[in-house]
Amino acid sequence: MSEETTADTRPEPEPIDDVVIRFAGDSGDGMQLAGTRFTASSALFGNDLATFPNFPAEIRAPAGTLAGVSAFQVHIADWDILTPGDSPDCLVAMNPAALKANIGDVVKGGLVIVNSDAFDERNLHKAGYETNPLEDGSLESYHLLTAPMEQLTKEAVQGTGVKGREVLRSKNFFALGLMSWMYQRPLDPVIDWIESKFGDSPVAAANTAALKAGYNYGLTTEAFHHTYSVAPATLPAGEYTNITGNQSLAWGLVAASQAAGLPLFYGSYPITPASSILEALARLRNFGVRTFQAEDEIAGIGTSVGAAFAGHLAATGTSGPGLALKSEALSLALMAELPLIVVDVQRGGPSTGLPTKVEQSDLLFAMYGRHGEAPLPVIAAATPSDAFEVAIEAARIALKYMTPVILLSDGYIANSSEPWRLPDLTRIPDLTVDYASGPNQGDSFLPYLRDPETLARPWAVPGTPGLEHRLGGLEKQDGTGNVSYDPMNHEHMTILREEKIARIANDISPVEVFGDQDADLLVLGWGSTFGAIRAGVNRARKREGKVAHVHLRHINPFPANLGDVLARFETVLVPELNRGQLSRLIRARYLVDAISQSKVQGQPFKATEIAMRIMQLLDGKDERS
Amino acid sequence: MTDTARYTRADFQTDQEVRWCPGCGDYTILASVQNFLAELDVPRENHVFISGIGCSSRFPYYMNTYGMHSIHGRAPAIASGVAAANPDLHVWVITGDGDALSIGGNHLIHALRRNINITILLFNNQIYGLTKGQYSPTSEVGKRTKTSPMGSIDWPFNPVSLALGAEATFVARTIDMDRAHTAEILTAAYEHEGAAFIEIYQNCNVFNDKAFIELTGRETRDANRIYLEHGKPIVFGKEDDKGVIVGPDGAQVVDVADVGIDRIQVHDAKAPEPGVAFALSRLSVGPHGPTPLGIFRDVSRPTYERQLTDQIAQAQDRQGPGDLDELVRSLGTWTVE
Ligand SMILES: Cc1ncc(C[n+]2csc(CCOP(=O)(O)OP(=O)(O)O)c2C)c(N)n1
Ligand code: SF4
Ligand SMILES: [Mg+2]
Repeated sequence: MSEETTADTRPEPEPIDDVVIRFAGDSGDGMQLAGTRFTASSALFGNDLATFPNFPAEIRAPAGTLAGVSAFQVHIADWDILTPGDSPDCLVAMNPAALKANIGDVVKGGLVIVNSDAFDERNLHKAGYETNPLEDGSLESYHLLTAPMEQLTKEAVQGTGVKGREVLRSKNFFALGLMSWMYQRPLDPVIDWIESKFGDSPVAAANTAALKAGYNYGLTTEAFHHTYSVAPATLPAGEYTNITGNQSLAWGLVAASQAAGLPLFYGSYPITPASSILEALARLRNFGVRTFQAEDEIAGIGTSVGAAFAGHLAATGTSGPGLALKSEALSLALMAELPLIVVDVQRGGPSTGLPTKVEQSDLLFAMYGRHGEAPLPVIAAATPSDAFEVAIEAARIALKYMTPVILLSDGYIANSSEPWRLPDLTRIPDLTVDYASGPNQGDSFLPYLRDPETLARPWAVPGTPGLEHRLGGLEKQDGTGNVSYDPMNHEHMTILREEKIARIANDISPVEVFGDQDADLLVLGWGSTFGAIRAGVNRARKREGKVAHVHLRHINPFPANLGDVLARFETVLVPELNRGQLSRLIRARYLVDAISQSKVQGQPFKATEIAMRIMQLLDGKDERS
Repeated sequence: MTDTARYTRADFQTDQEVRWCPGCGDYTILASVQNFLAELDVPRENHVFISGIGCSSRFPYYMNTYGMHSIHGRAPAIASGVAAANPDLHVWVITGDGDALSIGGNHLIHALRRNINITILLFNNQIYGLTKGQYSPTSEVGKRTKTSPMGSIDWPFNPVSLALGAEATFVARTIDMDRAHTAEILTAAYEHEGAAFIEIYQNCNVFNDKAFIELTGRETRDANRIYLEHGKPIVFGKEDDKGVIVGPDGAQVVDVADVGIDRIQVHDAKAPEPGVAFALSRLSVGPHGPTPLGIFRDVSRPTYERQLTDQIAQAQDRQGPGDLDELVRSLGTWTVE
C-alpha cells in the first residue's frame, strides 16, 4: 500500500463473515469494471466469492435513465459460498437511476454509498424522482453515505494529462478506491492491472490517481471511518483462479480436444450470451483451434457438421434463437451419426426476449425441438467452473456414441464468476478415438455397422483409402448405410437410434443425494440454480427442517438410479427458471407428482426464495399430520 | 494413400441405382464428372462431394468417393467445414438452382467471398425438379408453373452475375450437352485455388424441357454460344462474324464487319476487377439469344483455409503449441495452503 495510507489511527475494521456489494451506475460509468477489479483483489486476498453481472440489453441506453443502469454484484466471504447473495448489504450508486433501480433490493439498514454530484435536477428527473432522495428522508432506513465523486475525481486527475470527457471516466476508479478502503482491500492488484492494461499513459495515471483519491477520501473522511474486513476463506488447499462460465466452457472444449487427440473446430455466429465462447476460442489458435465465424447459426452448425465428418472434435455454440435455426442441421448430424457438441447458453425468451438475462426455458426445446423421432443427449452445467467438466463430458458422450450432444448453460453461468480450484489435468479422462482404418465386414466397409455395446457406428474420415462412403439425411439401411425406404427398416432404425441414446444412462454417474437421506422432501434441480438451491436447502436444514437435494447434470438420458431415488421421497420440489419444464419431464417419465417452483423474471433464484418454499412445504405437511 | 492412381470411370461409380428420370441432363453431368476424375491422378479418397437437396443433389450417392447428401441449401456451409478442417481434401459442392440460390443463397455468397477452396457445380434447370415443377429463382418472368399459374412475377437471378457480385475468384458457365466444354471447365476449376463456381445449364426434360434449346438446338446453337477464351477476342457465330464490345453501357453484340476486329473485346479472365466480366454476364437473360459460356473470371486471392492454417502456424511459432496447464493459469491464480 502507498505511503500516505500507512499511518492509520482509525478504529479497527469490523470483522464480518461475508458481504454482498452491488456496484451500480450508468452503462457508461464502468461499473462492470469496478466490480470485476474489486472481485479480483478479493480473490487474491483469499476470499471465497461469487459474482453476478447484470447489464442492460442496449449497449448505450440514454444516459441517466433506468434502462441504462448496469450493475455488478459480488459476494465475498470467509466461508464457502454458493451464490452471489440475495440482497446487497452495500450499494454503490453512481447516479439517481442506479439508486432507484437497485435500492429496493438492499437489506434494511444496509450501506448506501452515493455519488452526490450526479444528483442534479436533470438526472433526478430522468430517473423519475420528484424530490431528491438524498434530502427527502426516503432513505432513512439505510445507512447513507455520500461523496462528491465527480468533483473529487476531477481534482485527483489534474496534472495526469487526461482532458475533456476523459476526466470523469476515472470516477469508477474513485468508487473502487473508496470501496477498497471500506472493505480493506489492497490497492496493489488494481494498480498492477491498470499498468498492464493502459501501460505508461495519461489514462493509467488518471485511473491510479482516482483510485488512490477514493481510498484516501475514505481514510480521511470521518463518515467513512467504520470499515469492514472479511478474512480469507478456508477453502480446500490448492491453486485457484477466478473464472466465468463461458471462459471455463471454452477451456473445457480445448481440454477435451487434447484428451481426444483431435483438433477442435468451433463454428458459431455471435449472439448474447454465447459470443464470449467464440471470442475465447478465437484467441487459442496456438492450440490448433479452428474458430469459424459463420454467416448465421445454420452455417455455424453446418460448418461444424462438415468438420465432424472430416474427423475433428466439432462444436457449435449459440443461444435460444440460434438453437432454433440449428434445429434442421442438428437432425442431419443425428441421422448421419456424427459427434458434435451443441452449446446453448440460454437467455430469456421467446424471440429476442431478455437477451442479457438468465432463463432455463430452452430445456424442452433441447429435448424435443427437432422434427421426427430425434432423441439426443442433453446435459447441463451447474456453475461457472462446472462448465469445464461438462464440456469434457459432452465430448466424451459425443465421441463414444457418435451423436450430437446438447450442452445447456445460461446467461447467469456465462457471465458470473467463482473461484475455481484448478483440476488435476492429468485426471481428465482419456477420450482418444479410433477412426475406422479398414474393412469391417469381410472385404467391405459398412459405415453403419454398430458397436454391439454402445451401438455407435464407425467414424471413417475422408482421406482414408478404401472406406469411401456417403452419409446423408435420407433413412439408412442398417449396416450398409444405403438409402432405404423400407417401412420395417425405418421402424428398426428409429428404435435403434433411440436405444443408442437410452443406453448412455448406464455410462453416466448415478445421482447423489445431498442432505438428509431420510427427509420427506427432495429438491430436484438442474443447471445454474445449483447455488441458490443448495444454499436454500442448507438454510432450511439449519432451521431444523429435513431436506435433500439432487442436482442433475444429465437430463437425457436421466441417470439410471433417478427413479429409485425419487421414489424414496414423499414430496419432490423442482425449482426452475422456467414454467416447470423439468418437472414435466419428471412427471411424464416417473409418474411422480413433482411440485414446480417457477421463476421467470430474468433473475436467478434467491436462496431465500428456495428456503421459504421448502419451509412452506414442510410446515404444510406438519399441519396435515 | 495410393500415390498414383489409374482410374477408369467405373472406379467412380457406386452400386446404387441411378434414379433420375430417363433423359435428364443430370446423367450427362455425372458422366462428365466421373470421366474427369478418372483422368486425374488424385486418390479417390481425397474427393468429397457435398450436396443439398434436390434431384441434382442425389449426385453424391452415385459417386464412389466420400460424400454427404445434406440438407436443403446448406451444402456450401458443410463443405466449408470439411475444407477448413482438412485442406488436403478436394471438396465439391453439388447444388441446384433452388438449393443454391433460394434457400441456400446466403451460404453460397459467403463461401464465395471467403474464397474457401471448394468447387461448386450449380445444376441450373430453372425449375424445382424434385418437388415436381414449381418455379425457381432462375425461372424467367412470366413462366407458368404449378405455383405460378398466371406466370411468375419474380425477377430471376443470373447466377454468374450473382457469383461475380459476391467477388468469387473463379466463375464459369457451361452446359450439360457440351461434354468437351464441361471437361475443360472442370479442369480449370479443379486447378483453381479457392472457391470455384460453375453454373451448368441442365435440362429437366420432365418439368422444364428445352429451357436451353436456343443453346442446344442444331439450328440455333452456333448463333447463340459465345465461348469465352482468355486472351482472345470474343467472337462467335458459324463464321466468327459476330463479336462483343464492352463500353460504358455494358456489353453488346455487334457484327465484327461493322466495327472491325480491333474494337472487339479481348477476354481477360484475369482482370483484377470483375466489372467487365459482370457486363458479359448481362448479355443474355433467360438465356435467350447469344449467351457466353466459359470462364468469366479466374483470379487469385489467398484461400480461407490457407490463411487459417497460417494463423495456426504463426500462433504456434509465437506462443508455442498450446499448453493446457498454462492456459488455465492465464488469468492469474492464487494458492490456498
Ligand atoms: C427445408 C426444406 N424445405 C423444402 C424442401 C423441399 N425441397 C426439396 S428439393 C427442393 C427444390 C429443389 O430444386 P433445385 O434446387 O432447383 O433442385 P432440382 O431438383 O431442380 O435439381 C425443395 C423445395 C426440403 N427438402 N427442405
Ligand atoms: S425431375 Fe427433372 S431434374 Fe429431376 S430427375 Fe427428372 S428430369 Fe431430372
Ligand atoms: Mg432446379
